[in-house]
Amino acid sequence: MAKKSNSYVLIYTIVLTIVCGSLLAITSEGLKPYKEANIAFDTKRNILSTVMDISGYSIRDLEALYQKTVVSTYLVNSKGEKVDKPFEQVKIDDEYRKSVEERILPVYELADPKKPGKTAYYVFPMWGFGLWDSIWGWVALEADFINIKGVVFAHKGETPGLGARIAEKDIQTRFTGKKIFDKEQLAVVQMQKGEGNDYTADAHKVDGMSGATITGQGLNKMLSEYFEAYLPFINGQKGGKVSLK
Amino acid sequence: MAENTATISEVKEKEPLLSKKNRKLVTDPLDGNNPITVQVLGICSALAITAQMKPALVMGIAVIFVMCCSSVVTSLIRHTIPGSIRIVVQLAVVATFVIIVNEILLAFVYDVAKNLGAFIGLIITNCIVMGRLEAFAMGNKPWPSFLDAFGNALGYAVIILIVAFFRELLGAGSIFGIKVFEAIGFAYQGNGLMLLPAGASIVLGLLIWLQRSLNGYVEEA
Repeated sequence: MAKKSNSYVLIYTIVLTIVCGSLLAITSEGLKPYKEANIAFDTKRNILSTVMDISGYSIRDLEALYQKTVVSTYLVNSKGEKVDKPFEQVKIDDEYRKSVEERILPVYELADPKKPGKTAYYVFPMWGFGLWDSIWGWVALEADFINIKGVVFAHKGETPGLGARIAEKDIQTRFTGKKIFDKEQLAVVQMQKGEGNDYTADAHKVDGMSGATITGQGLNKMLSEYFEAYLPFINGQKGGKVSLK
Repeated sequence: MAENTATISEVKEKEPLLSKKNRKLVTDPLDGNNPITVQVLGICSALAITAQMKPALVMGIAVIFVMCCSSVVTSLIRHTIPGSIRIVVQLAVVATFVIIVNEILLAFVYDVAKNLGAFIGLIITNCIVMGRLEAFAMGNKPWPSFLDAFGNALGYAVIILIVAFFRELLGAGSIFGIKVFEAIGFAYQGNGLMLLPAGASIVLGLLIWLQRSLNGYVEEA
């Protein structure tokens, strides 16, 4: 067959597509267990690091620590009722695409590592949108549901050195000790515009990230949206005393 | 140049594996014909992923892998590729290897893959990769194509590492995440400009100037 003929080009394209496609499919499927294990491990690591410093732990130690620290995990809906569904099946990014009312929300109850067995913290996973792409995180509240114990944020494609700083410890520790309630009203901590200001006196504000205002706004929206969604659950836990306004 | 066989080569063959000509394929792009500082290719990613050294190193290794594999494959099938769709074929070959690299990183060095994010996928658009396929691998045997790809990818990796070194050092006061200024007891206020792409432009511009003044290279008018 002549190299310039249309049928040669057509057959060449088809063969090339099949070869490349199969190669990719084999690679993707072959590496799937590793990738899923990485993501699952990363999630566990992030959940733990909202309440404690886990630097220096080996992978095996972290697994054991996770088993010891996480008291229980369950799912709630936007009315605060528990949902009977396998916990692992709920993917926070899939839920984010649904309307707020339809989302199923995971809750992690964690113990203080020094006092195992007793719930000391509640960790809430969240999902949102930064400047370029998805951002997500885990926020740990103390058992009073007012004070933030710690946060971990991550992102897919924020600008390195700017918005990507949400994934850095320096930024995340700014949230520790801040509050999501003002008396009985929901008043979620918000990141401010500009950097270098002192907000130690204000429990509802944290210092911003210079050059990453939009990522900060996405972060604020994510925090507000998810704590509003978790509010009925928190309300149930607190005996129906708290409200949006 | 071909009859002028390498002096260090002891193998008495027509064309030793590392003949002078072949060695030049690797060494040329490191110096006088560097893809970044002389040909000014691959600038986009050189600006994007050089804020820190670790992602720059992984990016360099990924580009070396992608370029070597796609050059060898393209060279092997070069006689079968129909001229009318040769760019599409090259693109498909490069894209396949880039996605494989991304999958491997996600499976085995998850943290780094997370850090590099979209930039691994964007190796496909790196002009150096397709530039070498089109200019060299399409017309040469697999072994020289491999050397040419390796040399050019190495030339790219070395430059982005140099840029990343200055950006991380001046921007964040660290090298590979280690706070060097703090370690020697010097309070250093990071220069935020160096972390922005503008900082990379400045470093890269200075490098290009240095390289060209050393080599005496001038753009032809």
